[in-house]
Amino acid sequence: MTATGQAVYCGYCGQGLDGSDHAACARRLGVVDPPRFCAACARRMVVQVTPAGWTATCSRHGALDSAR
Amino acid sequence: MTAAPEQVDVLGVAREQVLEGGVGLSEEQVLDVLRLPDDRIPELLELAHQVRMRWCGPEVEVEGIVSLKTGGCPEDCHFCSQSGQFPSPVRSAWLDIPGLVRAARQTADTGATEFCIVAAVRGPDKRLLSQVRDGIKAIRDDGNDIQIACSLGMLTQEQVDELVAMGVHRYNHNLETARSHFPNVVTTHSWEERWETLRMVRAAGMEVCCGGIIGMGETLAQRAEFAVQLASLEPDEVPLNFLIPNPGTPYEDYPVVEGPDALRVVGAFRLALPRTILRFAGGREVTLGDLGAKQGMLGGVNAIIVGNYLTNLGRPAQDDLDMLRDLSMPIKELGKAL
Ligand code: SF4
Ligand SMILES: [Zn+2]
Ligand SMILES: [Zn+2]
Repeated sequence: MTATGQAVYCGYCGQGLDGSDHAACARRLGVVDPPRFCAACARRMVVQVTPAGWTATCSRHGALDSAR
Repeated sequence: MTAAPEQVDVLGVAREQVLEGGVGLSEEQVLDVLRLPDDRIPELLELAHQVRMRWCGPEVEVEGIVSLKTGGCPEDCHFCSQSGQFPSPVRSAWLDIPGLVRAARQTADTGATEFCIVAAVRGPDKRLLSQVRDGIKAIRDDGNDIQIACSLGMLTQEQVDELVAMGVHRYNHNLETARSHFPNVVTTHSWEERWETLRMVRAAGMEVCCGGIIGMGETLAQRAEFAVQLASLEPDEVPLNFLIPNPGTPYEDYPVVEGPDALRVVGAFRLALPRTILRFAGGREVTLGDLGAKQGMLGGVNAIIVGNYLTNLGRPAQDDLDMLRDLSMPIKELGKAL
């Protein structure tokens, strides 16, 4: 993981983590979805899913990848 | 006094007709299977498994897929997060050739014999076809002899011929749903246009891979209709997907197919298509959980996508490979027909 910045936004829905409930988002991220929104700035990331994992790149905060 | 009409048991009939005779179920019969009560699902799956073993054998075809061009598609398939017409969080992206070669290698490393290159397009243009051509060459130069399939949308005859010349041996193009339901799912092209591409693919000697998605608001009767429409196409392979309601798409609030319904579909499709490769594809994780793969493999399925799908994730490939080993189901070897 090379992206920097604090996690303030939900990677699934892009909304702020404070206040609203993201349990359903976390479930989707845990099972079938790579993150689509940058956790630091909520920009939509460019995501590439491969047979063995995924990469997600924010134009401001850099790239994340799955450990798988 | 008149006797009550004798109830014909569809599984009893299927035992004769499908298991012994190798003749797939009719539309009415498929509908009867889809209406079986929950307590008969184990019996259905057992019969479907016997049919699969009898007419397809014990081997499992393992495949990996990757998206070469993601998102920004001009079509409006209502289930698809790659349509440019819906506010989906999926951003457009192209995979470069080294990335494609890596994905093919990851797939071959699992023991898979099939690698499918997919693009979110109405149909390929010159740029896409040249990327595919360069990609296939690079995969071969990497020493990877995995069989290559493509899924690039609707084709012209010239494009069909080009793909054959590149050595693509199977083409995926899904009919998605029953013909009677298709206009509710897609408005930018017709079921018949899809059928025409499949006809050309078949005529050119490529294998035909054609399936769809269950859970898009179709009735049980339309599921049955879809199964026999697929059977009439005589595809080499049918990928069976269950809807993953994706954010931003018109179907984002659709409920996922319930586990028992998904299992009835698996069993019914095997009984409608006794000789076809029936592939477990997207959505099994949300519909059936981890157990689903095993129940499907013991219920008529004889092929599987390992690793991830195009925009959604699957469970880790190793989990599926371990499962196949536990089930003593051999993985099809390269170059061997199922
Ligand atoms: S044609 Fe394919 S990529 Fe395009 S919207 Fe339909 S399913 Fe999605
Ligand atoms: Zn969220
Ligand atoms: Zn960012």
